[in-house]
Amino acid sequence: MRDEPLVLGIETSCDETGVGIVRGHTLLANTIASSVEEHARFGGVVPEVASRAHLEAMTPTIERALEQADLRLSDIDAVAVTAGPGLAGALLVGVAAAKAYALGLGVPLYGVNHLAAHVAVDQLEHGALPKPCIALLVSGGHSSLLLVPDVAREVVSLGSTVDDAAGEAFDKVARVLGLPFPGGPYIDRAARDGSGTAVAFPRGKLDDGTLDFSFSGLKTAVARWVEAREMAGETIHVPDVAASFQEAVVDVLTRKALEACRRYGVSDLLIGGGVAANSRLRALAQERCDAAGVRLRVPRPGLCTDNGAMVAALGSDLVAAGVTPSLLDIPADSSLPITTVHV
Amino acid sequence: MLVLAFDTATPAVTAALHDGERVLAESTTVDARRHGELLVPTIERVLAEAGAALADVTTVVAGSGPGPYTGLRVGLVTAQALAASLGVPVYGVCTLDALAYGTGLSEPFLVATDARRKEVFWGRYADARTRLSGPAVDKPQDLPADLPLAGAGARMYAEVVGAARLLDVPEFPFAGALAALAAEQLAGSGAADVAEVVASGTHPVLSAPRPVYLRRPDAQEPAAPKKVSR
Repeated sequence: MRDEPLVLGIETSCDETGVGIVRGHTLLANTIASSVEEHARFGGVVPEVASRAHLEAMTPTIERALEQADLRLSDIDAVAVTAGPGLAGALLVGVAAAKAYALGLGVPLYGVNHLAAHVAVDQLEHGALPKPCIALLVSGGHSSLLLVPDVAREVVSLGSTVDDAAGEAFDKVARVLGLPFPGGPYIDRAARDGSGTAVAFPRGKLDDGTLDFSFSGLKTAVARWVEAREMAGETIHVPDVAASFQEAVVDVLTRKALEACRRYGVSDLLIGGGVAANSRLRALAQERCDAAGVRLRVPRPGLCTDNGAMVAALGSDLVAAGVTPSLLDIPADSSLPITTVHV
Repeated sequence: MLVLAFDTATPAVTAALHDGERVLAESTTVDARRHGELLVPTIERVLAEAGAALADVTTVVAGSGPGPYTGLRVGLVTAQALAASLGVPVYGVCTLDALAYGTGLSEPFLVATDARRKEVFWGRYADARTRLSGPAVDKPQDLPADLPLAGAGARMYAEVVGAARLLDVPEFPFAGALAALAAEQLAGSGAADVAEVVASGTHPVLSAPRPVYLRRPDAQEPAAPKKVSR
């Protein structure tokens, strides 16, 4: 394993400046600078604020990662970077930095797909991915079901949200309930004292035969329910509303994920993305996977949210697969399709 | 001395090498939308043209703006990461100063670059080397009316500022001028001395490679959630 290359991974697609260093599937460093606190008062990520923070944080976060791994820049053998999808201006800071490190160090560059990186990261914790596996990626920006024959070469989109991402629905419902941004952890916490069956919120697209999702109607249903009670002068029991909303989201996510496994005859399911840190999603997914005889893999929360280690992990797979490195004129592509694992 | 300088704070993506005596190579592409794609190939081109290796570079210099933010950040993060990889010092230079230096003028003038939103980034100069005020961001009609103007930001608003005031000088901060300005500042003092003065924030030309934005991010704090009930 000593002869596997050292790969530096850079992630700047949203509000986290993430830097990871791996050797093969061994994680050596994972450092993050987040601008989430600067966005909180705006109730969502402000692209220009995120881009400014990435520039401020980029080289210091690299320095911290090297320190954590006890390495020097000159030890790095390859640089991987999220080339998309994500916020255009935010992506561009990472892509420009990665090109400069690759140029300055004289090492190959790999521009990678953010979603594929969310899949690849699990290997740092649970070893090589089964081929194929189904991946459910849920975050503030994405909700996708993927068939992954080989994360370094081929990822197939089976379905995705037609409106809001799951994490976005968490943020919006949190606002309605007077909980802070980002909503996910606060709703998760509030829900522990509530009942998931207290309110029967709608399950969007549950029985439409597709593997797509919809969370916009659910979000509006929660807002209407809360407004109606408020107008009637009733007190809202936040834990019950949070738990019932959360149940509606994770019910649809897990049902469709297992339907994808069944439909494609795949017995390994991976869940990634920031929403994979949700405790109820983890519990229900485990329950339903056990019942269906499907093996479940969920990386630890620190690897589920956006980070640089996931980019390094995918970069490492690309090096191992002998994929041709990216040119130093690659663009940042805010809408990079999942079918493009690397650019 | 081998100074690698580049600027991405205007539509010109421009890079140059300077050996302390002269500009060895300069390459510029004007394309306001592709700074991220163009910069590294432009750097590679000037290295090839000068027959120099990246490892020969002793200082990296980048235009620190002001300029449209997305492009500006490409240059600055590239400079920071490249300098870290090479283990050499990195400095920022006000983009307007490079533009002013490139005019070679010895009498007072203004420079202006496009700030978008019908505004310009501008500064007032006593001569090519001496900034008297700015950088600032304002509407072109609000610029001082008494001085000739340099820069593409002035030409864009020729009708507003008066075409007769436009100077016939380079309209972008070409990296050759940026490199020459930086090399002039680096000559004659030890690298450590320059670094110390820059770190203290008192160097007249060189600064830390940090962006000059002049505007806050556009973001509104949200009002209460809007009602959804019909």
